[in-house]
Amino acid sequence: MPSNTFADVSLSSRLRSNLIGFQTIVIKEVTRLLRIWPQTIVPPVITTMLYFIIFGKVIGSRLGEMGGVPYMEFIVPGLVMMSVINSSYQNVVSSFFSSKFQRNVEEILISPMHNAVVLLGYMAGGIARAMVIGTIVLLVSLFFVDTLSIYSIPITFSVAVLTATLFSIAGFINALLARKFDDIAIVPTFVLTPLTYLGGVFYSITLLPQPWETVSRFNPIVYMVSAFRSGIMKDRLDPTMIDINLGFAFAVIILFIVGLFSLTLWMLDRGVGLRA
Amino acid sequence: MSTTAKALEIKNLSKTYRDGTVALRGIDLDVEEGEFFGLLGPNGAGKSTTIGIITSLVNKTGGKIRCFGVDLDRDPARAKRQIGLVPQEFNFNQFEPPEQIVMQQAGYYGITRSVARQRTEKYLRKMGLWDKRATIARMLSGGMKRRLMIARALVHEPKLLILDEPTAGVDIDLRRATWSLLEEINEDGTTVILTTHYLEEAESLCRRIAIIDRGRVIENTDKKSLLAKLNIETFIFDLESPAPAGLLLDGYSHRLTDATTLEIDVSRERSLNAVFESLTQQNVNVVSMRNKANRLEELFVEMVEANASQPNNG
Repeated sequence: MPSNTFADVSLSSRLRSNLIGFQTIVIKEVTRLLRIWPQTIVPPVITTMLYFIIFGKVIGSRLGEMGGVPYMEFIVPGLVMMSVINSSYQNVVSSFFSSKFQRNVEEILISPMHNAVVLLGYMAGGIARAMVIGTIVLLVSLFFVDTLSIYSIPITFSVAVLTATLFSIAGFINALLARKFDDIAIVPTFVLTPLTYLGGVFYSITLLPQPWETVSRFNPIVYMVSAFRSGIMKDRLDPTMIDINLGFAFAVIILFIVGLFSLTLWMLDRGVGLRA
Repeated sequence: MSTTAKALEIKNLSKTYRDGTVALRGIDLDVEEGEFFGLLGPNGAGKSTTIGIITSLVNKTGGKIRCFGVDLDRDPARAKRQIGLVPQEFNFNQFEPPEQIVMQQAGYYGITRSVARQRTEKYLRKMGLWDKRATIARMLSGGMKRRLMIARALVHEPKLLILDEPTAGVDIDLRRATWSLLEEINEDGTTVILTTHYLEEAESLCRRIAIIDRGRVIENTDKKSLLAKLNIETFIFDLESPAPAGLLLDGYSHRLTDATTLEIDVSRERSLNAVFESLTQQNVNVVSMRNKANRLEELFVEMVEANASQPNNG
């Protein structure tokens, strides 16, 4: 006998219902992340280790210091950020597009869950993967640097979470717009990777000649890398090597998050890429 | 909330796809609570579009839908809570086991894990899938996958269950088992809407039937009234021995398809008794008799053909 009644439609019951929906998506995403760990966790760790070996040990040893810290130590925040950005983006774009491709996204579309809850659920999955990989990369870096002290754990952690948040949303938008698997590779290859490489991972943009320094300031990844680097080594880094003011960097990241989150909700409400 | 609200009220529903294809041309449809409702139509008639709009998988161009009195535009969450969907295509994650698939669906509907666990067991057992709960869905047979989709659609215990071609491509044993199951679900109080190409299925299960063609509802009535519109039925008689040359059946159109198989068209006004009398007089013994086609099928073809001859205005 159908047990649903219209009695249980209070705001609190709707909130509770959406919270359970959110938990369900998060559990599903984390289960997926752990189930296919050879695809989700191992490759970014290996890639980053190669960066440490090639850019840090082989080339970096000839460069000496940058901004008053050993070059190997200087690139650690950038490499962690790079793995955070790629992992959060890739997790959401591949998971949501696979659901779209297999059509099991319909399970979610027919459900009473609010679109914001769906988006937050997938974002949480992307953030979880980014945090796992970011932490592993940070631990791996300890094999390559003598010491790695963190200037401010709250700054470091919040920048990492906000960055993962931003790129999880970006991955979701890519998945919404993608029609075939090629479409989910285009943005990471032709947009994300160049922006990351040019985002101050391996150098400070203050070292760039004009107009490239100014041009680089339009790259949002510069703000994330710079803020994360400040969180880790602000106390020992030459202030001239800090690309962006920390407060301004936070403001830009949050502004991007709010803008992209609103855009994605608008797309979901209209069924862009989901409903005919 | 009125307790007499219809399970589904569709008013002037229209849909034009981006490529200009007009799928629905302002259909009206009411489904009473507790009904077993059949939505029939040829391919491309607009059945799946209608179901897609009801279940929020397709955007409508115009019109209104109310589910148990709740406007789908005004309070989609509340309306969606009442609806369960069994789609035509397998649309679950093929790499997850049935238990996880059904549990997840319960979670999307806000059902707590403890209740979800109980219901998952209840519906997987009901569908004969409990022993397969940990098997990756990809490894299940086609019939099991169909039953898994029904279990998934039932886990939030909807008041309205919509099934889009639930027996397409399944063998007759499974089809009949599915029919029994759907009858049981309907008897338990769930309103059922079924689309099917198997008109035998609709005739057997549905108490009310709508025929949709070229984006319009061309018939919407109870099954008895619908079948009463059937003017001529064709019966096949298997004869004991070859029919005599010059067989006469006054007033009945008839033909021999082979020496011992006779097809006779019988209009609603005429009786079959006269046919038997005439055959007996001519020493023709009938071994068995059956309908040439399912009655609803004959009517369906008749109506769709008649509609095809009408101009398609807008």
